[in-house]
Amino acid sequence: MPENKLEPSISIEHAAYLKSKKLYHWKVLGTQIILLIGFVVLWEIAGRMGWIDPFITSQPSRIWKTLVNLHNEGTLYYHIGITVLETVVGFVSGTIIGTLFAIYLWWSDFAAEVLDPYLVILNALPKIALGPILIVWIGNGSTAIIAMALLISLVVTILGVYSGFSQVDSDMIKLLKTFGATKVQILQKAILPASVPTIISALKINVGLSWVGVIVGEFLVSKAGLGYLIVYGGQVFKLDLVMTSVIILAIAAAVMYKAVVLLEQLFLKWR
Amino acid sequence: MKARPIVAINNISMKYQSTEGEVAALKNVSLDIFQGEFVSIVGPSGCGKSTLLNIIAGLIAPSSGEVLIKDKKVSGPTIMVGYMPQTDQLFGWRNIWKNVVLGLEIQNKKTEANINFAQKLLRDYGLIDFKHKYPSQLSGGMRQRVALIRTLATNPDILLLDEAFSALDYQTRLVVSDEVKQIIEKENKTAILVTHDLSEAISMANKVVVLSKRPGTVKNIYQINLTCNSHTPLGCREAPEFREYFNKIWKELDVHA
Repeated sequence: MPENKLEPSISIEHAAYLKSKKLYHWKVLGTQIILLIGFVVLWEIAGRMGWIDPFITSQPSRIWKTLVNLHNEGTLYYHIGITVLETVVGFVSGTIIGTLFAIYLWWSDFAAEVLDPYLVILNALPKIALGPILIVWIGNGSTAIIAMALLISLVVTILGVYSGFSQVDSDMIKLLKTFGATKVQILQKAILPASVPTIISALKINVGLSWVGVIVGEFLVSKAGLGYLIVYGGQVFKLDLVMTSVIILAIAAAVMYKAVVLLEQLFLKWR
Repeated sequence: MKARPIVAINNISMKYQSTEGEVAALKNVSLDIFQGEFVSIVGPSGCGKSTLLNIIAGLIAPSSGEVLIKDKKVSGPTIMVGYMPQTDQLFGWRNIWKNVVLGLEIQNKKTEANINFAQKLLRDYGLIDFKHKYPSQLSGGMRQRVALIRTLATNPDILLLDEAFSALDYQTRLVVSDEVKQIIEKENKTAILVTHDLSEAISMANKVVVLSKRPGTVKNIYQINLTCNSHTPLGCREAPEFREYFNKIWKELDVHA
């Protein structure tokens, strides 16, 4: 068993195996980087040679210039900050409120059964259709945008986390009951900790959904944020601004996703 | 000597209700179990063995009849009874120590004496070095021992083993049932084992209760007396009487595949 791992010398075959594994890993990474650089370079050359019209497609050098401009004007971080804040508040609150709701459904089988058809329909409904309603009700500010992000992830979270709760091994619950556990103790000692992986995977989905909610919200109402820059850029035909915002958006979304993955590793180190 | 039974099952019947109708799982089951006994309950599948165990554990209430534990009527889970499920059910996110004290935590009994007792159990049964490990780092047999210690930590008088070894592979199962039997004997507990493995039932128990097919009734009770020196269930399988019991009970079960 694990004793073998402690052996200081490894066999030649094993060393060769490890080496080929490592080589393969670098090959994948290398190809990924080459693809990215190749794409950027080709884009730039195509623009300069007049194969494509940079006015419509933009161009890496123009994107860079736009970025520097935004930085110099000082508005870059303002827009990024607003969008990121709205997204974080959206997916964190979506996950928390959704989990609380799932706890309520777990607690009361009656409520779960009564609410089931409504949740199914709400889940099927494209939440973006509710955008105009939210704006009328809440007003055209950040709150409406956050509400949009929250709404878009809420129902998925409720359904996902509740089904996670229901899948907790019934023998585990039985064991706790034989110890005389109360319902609160069952929730606290088994259901919630056993569902941490489910909750984190809900969080992962919600990161993506919240971006959708926030950007759509900003399209509809806002006066700031990356979604606003994209819509504004589109309206005044500044494709450089649109492309720049999209790229920043992609990077921000990737960073946020990575943060959740790190959180997952932190919580699930017992696995 | 006619002692009072530690567990008295008095005329228990159990019917399960569903929209398709009712299913009688147990009918007029009566059984006395005495302090220090190891009782195996066998029967054809679906005969209500596990139902009986759940009733003794206070997890479900019988349709009629009553169970007395130390002369007290069972109306819910009691601290006098410890339960071992089919799989070890160790909580993966808790380390071994946190798993062992789970029962104490729930019963709010994490006193110094109880903690020391749990420590002692881990030490006695060779698991103290694994205190800070997580269940996924232990072998199946070790996990089962941890599960037993978790049950023993709350110091119940009676242990209910619900097919407690059925999830283990055959070899591990033989070794673990040996260990468990020895631990239970050493800690002087009363045990009730539900199993469909006849060899396991006979080799571990002083008494084998045979239930009929559904609705389960007590068909016969065998006092098991095996002449073996080793006093371990595995060694007792060598005893000359083992086969006799096996054949008799096998016939009684009346299994048709």
